[in-house]
Amino acid sequence: MSKIQNAFKNKKAFIPFVTCGDPSLEVTEKLVYAMAEAGAGLIELGIPFSDPTAEGPVIQAANVRALSGGVTTDKIFEMVARIRKNTQVPMVFMTYANVVFSYGTERFIARAAELGMDGLILPDVPFEEKEEFDTVCKQYGMDLISLIAPTSFDRIRMIAKEASGFVYCVSSLGVTGVRSEITTDIGGMVRLVKEVRDIPCAVGFGISTPEQAAKMAGLSDGAIVGSAIVKLCAQYGADCVPYVKEYVTKMCEAVAGA
Amino acid sequence: MSKGRFGIHGGQYIPETLMNAVRELEDAYNHYKDDPEFNRELTELLNEYAGRPSRLYFARHMTEDLGGAKIYLKREDLNHTGAHKINNVLGQVLLAKKMGKTRVIAETGAGQHGVATATVAALMGMECEVYMGEEDTKRQALNVYRMRLLGAKVHPVSSGTGTLKDAVSETMREWTNRIEDTHYVLGSCMGPHPFPTIVRDFQSVISKEIKAQMLEKEGRLPDAVLACVGGGSNAIGAFYHFIEDKEVRLIGCEAAGRGVNTAETAATIATGRLGIFHGMKSYFCQDEYGQIAPVYSISAGLDYPGIGPEHANLYDTGRAQYVAITDDEAVNAFEYLSRTEGIIPAIESAHAVAHAMKIAPEMSKDQIVVVNLSGRGDKDCVSIARYRGEDLHE
Repeated sequence: MSKIQNAFKNKKAFIPFVTCGDPSLEVTEKLVYAMAEAGAGLIELGIPFSDPTAEGPVIQAANVRALSGGVTTDKIFEMVARIRKNTQVPMVFMTYANVVFSYGTERFIARAAELGMDGLILPDVPFEEKEEFDTVCKQYGMDLISLIAPTSFDRIRMIAKEASGFVYCVSSLGVTGVRSEITTDIGGMVRLVKEVRDIPCAVGFGISTPEQAAKMAGLSDGAIVGSAIVKLCAQYGADCVPYVKEYVTKMCEAVAGA
Repeated sequence: MSKGRFGIHGGQYIPETLMNAVRELEDAYNHYKDDPEFNRELTELLNEYAGRPSRLYFARHMTEDLGGAKIYLKREDLNHTGAHKINNVLGQVLLAKKMGKTRVIAETGAGQHGVATATVAALMGMECEVYMGEEDTKRQALNVYRMRLLGAKVHPVSSGTGTLKDAVSETMREWTNRIEDTHYVLGSCMGPHPFPTIVRDFQSVISKEIKAQMLEKEGRLPDAVLACVGGGSNAIGAFYHFIEDKEVRLIGCEAAGRGVNTAETAATIATGRLGIFHGMKSYFCQDEYGQIAPVYSISAGLDYPGIGPEHANLYDTGRAQYVAITDDEAVNAFEYLSRTEGIIPAIESAHAVAHAMKIAPEMSKDQIVVVNLSGRGDKDCVSIARYRGEDLHE
């Protein structure tokens, strides 16, 4: 069982996302420790991209802040090396295809695996395009995370069959960002996955409150939150760590009780 | 490997949320492209509404002045709405209507594609929203008004550099938000499959006509076909039916901006490298970490950091050649064609005119060059006047 699947073993996972380098890599490093201590099952580290087409305004702005602060893929790798001396919490990179491809797909994945990253999420790489990344991920023992969306319908079985790590269930149409309610039949999507494979499913996009997280985790194996955390980073800047820790603690409790 | 490849380029690098939408589009397109009724309707719209076929005009004064090859201008500028963009829009909106869509969205750079989309949406009774870089809404204020006049809603996009690439990103985001009733009328031969193929097919009417008109006027094929390239839709339309005619040189003219050795350029083939962006694998202007470069050109329509996947493959295989034309050269050509032929070209198309001015004098008098005049230049007069230091305002 991969380290990622272990994160879901006998429990529901809360999965926080942060954009690396927002407001600085030093703060990102501290955020990882704080979120791990608060009980995060798995942490998503966003490598900023200039044109993140799957993101709403909150994470778009975080990408701009991080890149204008001079963050690069290599500096993020160096941060991960420091983090791995202090915590073994499962971590995945979330970024866009071009960040990996332009670094050299094999060079990127080999380095990430060597540093102890557990997986990779590429929102602009659907099932039909995954092979060039997935083959290399498998070679280096990383999980390339598959996404399913409310529009996937008959595609869910095909995707689930070849998924590794966990299945990322996109809760709603549109891009990342806080939503007041989620109307998709998440339970139905998760059931379709589980009919094909016994693989953990976590729900993301639009979740911000403990109530939403508990509800989504109740229908699946975990809840993913990005924009609500990135908002705290934007609001408190270098002082955001205790605020994020408090928020993640609350969310972990909500998910654990689901 | 996925569908829609041109050599190693193309593909479908888009969020899962959009995958069924592009599959549905592909199925519909494959069904209708050979449907006699669809083609009859489209041809009627192209002829009666857009004014096709466009003329192939012998530019006598320019030819005599340059003293070399005979120069013909393919007058896409004479189409309704003033550019080649309408060819593709008529096809896509008709297709969307057949698919039961009631709303169209589109990105636009210079505003020509947005105006064409707003026009056809008005004609066909569809709701229309256009995304345009904030910077471009200032450079092309008149086109913003035209779109509103036609009943479209225009959204200025302030993210990123506020230009064409950001407008494309924002339109993709909007599409993931509302797919059921909405078709994304992509304006160039780029993006995820099947868009590069659909747009090319709808634009290929240009080369189909050039070929027939050339055979009628000269009894032979041209020696070279020139077109400006941003994403590359007018160029692929002008090249397509000549790809198998190896003796015809195909030359795409990219926007060098202030020069390919400066950071202020949009010449993708000259300065970019292989990448994955906006749904496709192709060449992109980017930094060493794959961050997309903030490109620049005086021409809002060529101000894009990538190039369509079919062009990338024509470059790889050596079938087409791509050259870079600076702002200065394009502005000179804009003024030159206005004075010699009484035709004001779009600043985009002026990039192709500029290259014709370079190569025609080197060619013999019995050779023939066709320049695809993709659009008219009325929209550019204010910005070119300002470029020349005149204090002109709309």
